[in-house]
Amino acid sequence: MTSLVPGPHRASHRPSGTVRPAGEPAVGLPRWAFVPAAVGGLLVLLPLVAMGSRVDWSSFASLITSESSLAALGLSLRTAATSTLLCLVLGIPMALVLARARFAGLDLLRSLVLVPLVLPPVVGGIALLYTFGRRGLLGSSMEVLGVQIAFSTTAVVLAQTFVALPFLVISLEGSLRTAGTRYDVVAASLGARPTTVLRRVTLPLVWPGLASGTVLSFARALGEFGATITFAGSLQGVTRTLPLEIYLQRETDPDAAVALSFLLVLVAVLVIASTRTHRRVR
Amino acid sequence: MRRRPRTPAAGAGLAGLALAATALGGCGPAAGGDVGTSAGTTTLTVFAAASLQHAFEQVATEFEARHEGVDVRLSLAGSADLVAQVQQGAPADVVATASTATMDRLAADNLVGAPQAFATNALQIAVPPGNPAGVETLADLTDPGLALVLCAPEVPCGAASAAVEEAAGLHLRPVSEERSVTDVLGKVTTGEADAGLVYVTDVAAAGDGVEGIAFPESSAAPTTYPVATVAGSAEPALAQEFVHLVLAAEGRATLLNLGFGAP
Repeated sequence: MTSLVPGPHRASHRPSGTVRPAGEPAVGLPRWAFVPAAVGGLLVLLPLVAMGSRVDWSSFASLITSESSLAALGLSLRTAATSTLLCLVLGIPMALVLARARFAGLDLLRSLVLVPLVLPPVVGGIALLYTFGRRGLLGSSMEVLGVQIAFSTTAVVLAQTFVALPFLVISLEGSLRTAGTRYDVVAASLGARPTTVLRRVTLPLVWPGLASGTVLSFARALGEFGATITFAGSLQGVTRTLPLEIYLQRETDPDAAVALSFLLVLVAVLVIASTRTHRRVR
Repeated sequence: MRRRPRTPAAGAGLAGLALAATALGGCGPAAGGDVGTSAGTTTLTVFAAASLQHAFEQVATEFEARHEGVDVRLSLAGSADLVAQVQQGAPADVVATASTATMDRLAADNLVGAPQAFATNALQIAVPPGNPAGVETLADLTDPGLALVLCAPEVPCGAASAAVEEAAGLHLRPVSEERSVTDVLGKVTTGEADAGLVYVTDVAAAGDGVEGIAFPESSAAPTTYPVATVAGSAEPALAQEFVHLVLAAEGRATLLNLGFGAP
């Protein structure tokens, strides 16, 4: 990353720790830190291992390739990809405004747009219902125009975008603040227009933050459950995403539910791993 | 499944342990069936289907009035969840489900005593107040412009809906198949759906939130509620008495008041 950027000058302005010239001794880690770190790791990994141990491997393939499972997986991937795209289109400008713009009430605005981070998804679903539902704030006028969101795949994408957007914004805003504006200022002083600066300097500088934000929002969209079931409903191929299918299968076929849960974990791990390697290559 | 108690004795031990952990002021040695009474109160844990909430709250109050020092704790959930919890060794004394199929799973594993039917329920069409789509009969639900919400066929209320649909020779095309009656009701009360199929008692419990429309085809899918004592109960005598109260005239009157039918 740092190789893309001219040699650090006025390096004292850079937060310490972001640049460590080769040869400087690494700061040792206190030994005690490994104990809680290991406990934390186990807390995350053990349930996944336990779930993996309950997968009925002999019928795993048939369980995850049933018509309803494939429909749910396909819908989940399509909607999560669409939501992630929406998050990028809306989230990048949001992060830029929050990190770089200056106007009264900006801090309050930041707190408000990040609310979905702390909101239980089912509450998000209820809020969306009262916005885009048939009797909602916008829904009733949209119904007049012939646009019906309730019980459609659009509702799923809206719910996923609602919960995933803050992940992209917070991740990118942090990177923008860390990167600072020095190179943007230089580029502008050399005559680059704001859009050119954004495209050629700002975004390349914050690429890691943008990438991890994108992955986080995709993962969040893929796992979205509460807002979807409250707001979009549940119909095979239309609104029943993988988490909703797992929830339903648990009722009659616990083996299928476990197999699908494992599949969801697998997809999530693949997505995260793919960006990690991608980043290393760069 | 691995932790499921294989024998009633193991179940009793587990239930005893859980009671020991929860009984407030449980001083003295925790041993066998005395655990529950060590602090002067006995806790009777009743697992009941969510649709039984109001009925069983009243029965529990009545039971506590008749048995000094007994505290009835209700644990409400979907029938399938209750069955899974009992199978995993949850400390229940009495279990009541919303379908014979779910109870049969516990009976097959010898985890409960002989189940007894204590109530029935029937489907009703639920519509938002004012019935904006003008639904009058079951056949009206086939209108392509109508947003109909049903339970998924995998859950008891969905199975009942499918049975009714077949008996009436109709083909319903729901916009959503929910996992529980509560979710269907939620879609109707908010006006997202024009109609849904739920139980008579759910319409009654929802008050002004929805209007109920009875239809003759509902007799094709009667739902029976069974109740049974749990084999691993630490308080088998009290559990049996609770079941008796549910089946007795007082229990039945409570249930009839709330819209349930007699078995």
